[in-house]
Amino acid sequence: MTTAVDVRGLGSGAAPARWLRVVPDTVTMAGRVLRLARRDPDELLVALLLPVMIMVLFVYVFGGAIEVGTDYLSYATPGVILLCAGYGASNTAIALVQDASTGIMDRFRSMPVADATVLAGHVLASTGKNLVTTTIVLAVAASIGFRSDAGALAWLGAVGVVTAYIVAITCAATLVGVVARTPAAAGGLGFVMLFLPYVSSAFVPPETMPAWLRGIAEHQPVTPVIETVRGLLIGLGSDGAPVGDLGATAAVALAWCAGIGVVSLTAAAWVFARRGR
Amino acid sequence: MDDPVVRAEGLYKSYGGTRRPVRVLDGVDLRLGHGEVLALLGPNGAGKTTTVRVLSTLTRPDAGTAVVAGHDVVTAARRVREVIGLTGQYAAVDEKLTGRENLAMMARLAHLPRRAVRARVDELLEAFDLAGAAGRQLRTYSGGMRRRLDLAAGLLRHPRVLFLDEPTTGLDPRSRHGMWDVIGGVVADGTSLLLTTQYLEEADRLADRVAMIDGGRVVAEGTPAQLKREVGDASVELTFAAVAEATRVASALGVPTPAARVLRVPTDASVGHVRHVLAGVEAAGAVPEQWQLRAPSLDDAFLALTGHAARGADDREPVEVAA
Repeated sequence: MTTAVDVRGLGSGAAPARWLRVVPDTVTMAGRVLRLARRDPDELLVALLLPVMIMVLFVYVFGGAIEVGTDYLSYATPGVILLCAGYGASNTAIALVQDASTGIMDRFRSMPVADATVLAGHVLASTGKNLVTTTIVLAVAASIGFRSDAGALAWLGAVGVVTAYIVAITCAATLVGVVARTPAAAGGLGFVMLFLPYVSSAFVPPETMPAWLRGIAEHQPVTPVIETVRGLLIGLGSDGAPVGDLGATAAVALAWCAGIGVVSLTAAAWVFARRGR
Repeated sequence: MDDPVVRAEGLYKSYGGTRRPVRVLDGVDLRLGHGEVLALLGPNGAGKTTTVRVLSTLTRPDAGTAVVAGHDVVTAARRVREVIGLTGQYAAVDEKLTGRENLAMMARLAHLPRRAVRARVDELLEAFDLAGAAGRQLRTYSGGMRRRLDLAAGLLRHPRVLFLDEPTTGLDPRSRHGMWDVIGGVVADGTSLLLTTQYLEEADRLADRVAMIDGGRVVAEGTPAQLKREVGDASVELTFAAVAEATRVASALGVPTPAARVLRVPTDASVGHVRHVLAGVEAAGAVPEQWQLRAPSLDDAFLALTGHAARGADDREPVEVAA
């Protein structure tokens, strides 16, 4: 074997600058995840069809029978965004289990990259993928009549909160992905993520639920996220009435996202560093 | 070997929690010299993979120390990772990426200078006879091609120490020989190599030194030549109708008494010696039910060198380990 390209001994003495490698390494890892996703026809099909189907289901199938005090398309669009994003983000758990089932995780860990970049790459890729899904949901909604008179700042705020939610759910998915042993077990999170928005103010006002369920709906993380996004985009609350100051709701929403994100990512990193040792 | 590039002393590792722990490593001692090739030879479950995992920083030993290129695998894992290459038993490549994409990604993660990535990837694809398939996704590759790419991925940075865990297990004979040639080329480059294998032939072909591992410890060590001298190149295997008959032939031929109806007589496999053995059988008035010329197996090697058969994973009892 020839060694025309001399790359010998590159690592020696490079230690002080190692933290500088975290960002480019994370980007490389994310690039890998995205490239693999693009070549998976099943995943692509679901990513494209799910938003369309859920939107049709809610607006045309259930929508006619649900009275929320405003047009149902506007009311439900933020919920559909979170539903699709949550489901997409939860697929990160399955992707992580699949990585662990081949030797590739061991190879990454035997290389001079920080363990955290493997997880961070998945989070970054999932955030990118699900922002695309969010765009598709909005495009579908707009094509069937969704209109928002929100200003640029309100849109920016809404996108920011949705992004925070996606990142938080992906971190939770990362924890499930490093704990679960089989793709089927990891897929369980997708079920929870598809279910959680239903028991919130996403599709019906919580006031219509029995007291015990309303208690859950009003105190779970999806509700403040929905209330914030809906308030920003169409200026209405879950009861269909105009909302005023969203500051407190937004703060609760972001606190939930930050809490879920930090706790699950810390736990995931802890488990990841010890697995197989 | 005053200054080995890999030195492991008293490695212990148990799995399975505190209730019924199974000791996988039971005091492994190893040394690998600069530019040397050491084969860890043993049956499934002997502790080969765990040893490689400890040395490549993937698994933390319960006790013992291991130093790779001057860095402790536990306290300086990051340093170790900068100078090793690992190709494990399971494919560490992405099926849906092309050969070139796989290597380029690994090259970036190995922190090759941006300018060097393309040239180094091309160089390895060429050297491993994969240039023609570089643009194809890996799911179209044969088993041998995939292993070669996997090996190339571990070599991107010219590692000082290369670990190969069962590099040819599951390959057909032709691909296996191709893989041996490739590994031979890497070693000729001066890379220190520790490989694990279940095949005596593979250890003989590639290694300067062989460490036989069984039940989580190194049970014998030597050059392939020493090993083969002990084991014998081959044996004439005779199956008789009764143990008594086999015993009678054994004493006539002056070989150890067998415990069963099967008698193995070491041979250099030359026509003259085989004829001599068979003539001896005939002279003893015995008629074997069947006979064959047999290459030495891993079992023969264990028997010859350790006096007992390889135990592997299945026969191993869980041991009590202080939690």
